Amino acid sequence: MSTITPTPPAALPLRFATPIGGVAGTSFKPEHLPAILEAKNRRGFFEVHAENYMGAGGPPHRALEAIRRDHPLSLHGVCMSIGGPRPLDKAHLARFRSLVARYQPALVSEHLAWSTHETSFFNDLLPLPYTAATLACVCDHIDQVQEAIRRPLLLENPSTYLAFRESSMRETEFIRAVAERTGCGLLLDVNNVFVSATNHGYSALDYLADFPLSRVEEIHLAGHAEQADDEGDLLLIDSHDGPVTDAVWKLYDIVIRRRGPVPTLIEWDSKIPDWPVLQAEAAAAQAILDRHHSAVPAGERHAA
Amino acid sequence: MPPEPGLCFAASFAPALLDPARSTPELVTGPNGKAADRRYDVYRNNVTVSLIDALAAIYPAVQRITGTDFFRAMARFHVRSNPPTSPLLFEYGRDFPEFIETYEHAQDMPWLADVARLERAWLDAYHAADAAPLSPARLAAVMPDRLADLVFIPHPAARCLRSDYAAVTIFAANRGDAPVTRIDASTPEDALITRGEFDVAVRRLPPGGAAFARHLLSGRPLGEAAAAALEAASEFDIAANIAGLIEAGAFTSLCCGDPS
Repeated sequence: MSTITPTPPAALPLRFATPIGGVAGTSFKPEHLPAILEAKNRRGFFEVHAENYMGAGGPPHRALEAIRRDHPLSLHGVCMSIGGPRPLDKAHLARFRSLVARYQPALVSEHLAWSTHETSFFNDLLPLPYTAATLACVCDHIDQVQEAIRRPLLLENPSTYLAFRESSMRETEFIRAVAERTGCGLLLDVNNVFVSATNHGYSALDYLADFPLSRVEEIHLAGHAEQADDEGDLLLIDSHDGPVTDAVWKLYDIVIRRRGPVPTLIEWDSKIPDWPVLQAEAAAAQAILDRHHSAVPAGERHAA
Repeated sequence: MPPEPGLCFAASFAPALLDPARSTPELVTGPNGKAADRRYDVYRNNVTVSLIDALAAIYPAVQRITGTDFFRAMARFHVRSNPPTSPLLFEYGRDFPEFIETYEHAQDMPWLADVARLERAWLDAYHAADAAPLSPARLAAVMPDRLADLVFIPHPAARCLRSDYAAVTIFAANRGDAPVTRIDASTPEDALITRGEFDVAVRRLPPGGAAFARHLLSGRPLGEAAAAALEAASEFDIAANIAGLIEAGAFTSLCCGDPS
């Protein structure tokens, strides 16, 4: 039940060019499928959580085939546990590889986090210390994933609520080293930057200044919720249950101005709104992408 | 194999996630010497709530029957004692029906575990492999003297469940939002679960139907299945039932004799 029979790539002509460039997209939610199919010739891409399509067959694959026929697809893994000390789950890696082969997504990404320990799967993106030992382990895991899927993976920066006493590197330093050692690309989640900066009391702008922007091939934007920490100070939760906040839009504008247009996803995973609401958020991102259309990508600025 | 030095963080971080009696792991901290209790609690909450949500998504009829508060309390016990072992959440909760059977506060709903078994089977049928269903014309083309030896290849989505209670009626009445009228739970019911091109369908089988379907789905020949069905219910209509199973999409193919 839990394995996918290897399937040849969807023998469907692509109605879009790859790479997909400065296009805004949204999380794909099956309840939006009728509205999406009704709206013809819409510009944009869709992102799905890989694990939701790891069943052998049935309606999820029918929906994904319908989406993939007309739109670029982003395959976003949530459970690979790349940041954990355990060896990667070989069966899970094989399922991930099968999905990449079957649907030929324009973008493939995973998280700098872990979710499985011993035999338990915790269904959350858990944090890791940033040390030489974890760096070596993460790089080894990314090598394995990239070998399996035969293409670069985009690694997403996490949102975190606490720190490890043993950490010896800054997060940006750690991510930069991972990218340089493995050749992976990066998925910059701007909301995660804002959430983590607030929670750890550092400047989001400083973080972005230190982040290897030239390796960013996709951006995530999402909403967050507010709680309080032990001292009663603001603690932000990466909840994906509402619109993108003004502060995150401002950071996004700064990132796009410096990096140039890259595919940008509006993530909205719970309290899911009607399709037009999600579409309007994507349109707001598209407006920023289009405004900076002529911007020179940061990585190429000094190349000439 | 124990993790290498420097990679013990997960072993220290994980145990308290699902155990509220344990305190915040020593290895974590807030910024600038701040405490990390409420910060660690964010992870505890994410893990527990998301896994309860996963059970609620798999067992919506059980949740509607018990009410949300009852369901979430029951699910919290199960999540803490039996967290998932697979990253595929649609595989989670296979042991939840057995847990319901032993759950102290559900003892006055002896049919609830069977409703849960139906919901679990529904989700398995939903994710089962794709296969074209058997065409009724294939059966019509079989010579009458070969019928008794006929063996059917089950569709990957096809399942048959038996209950000592009216589990199918209770399941069907509680999967949607429509008001539920009074149901006599004491009537035993058997279910056939299949998936056509898109939708999973749950049918109530007539007396003898479960013995018939279970024999055929496990690869026993038609003659043997018919004998088992007639032994269970002397009025069993073989022609109508085999036509019904084929129409429901329970099979993908048939062959005379050994299915290989």
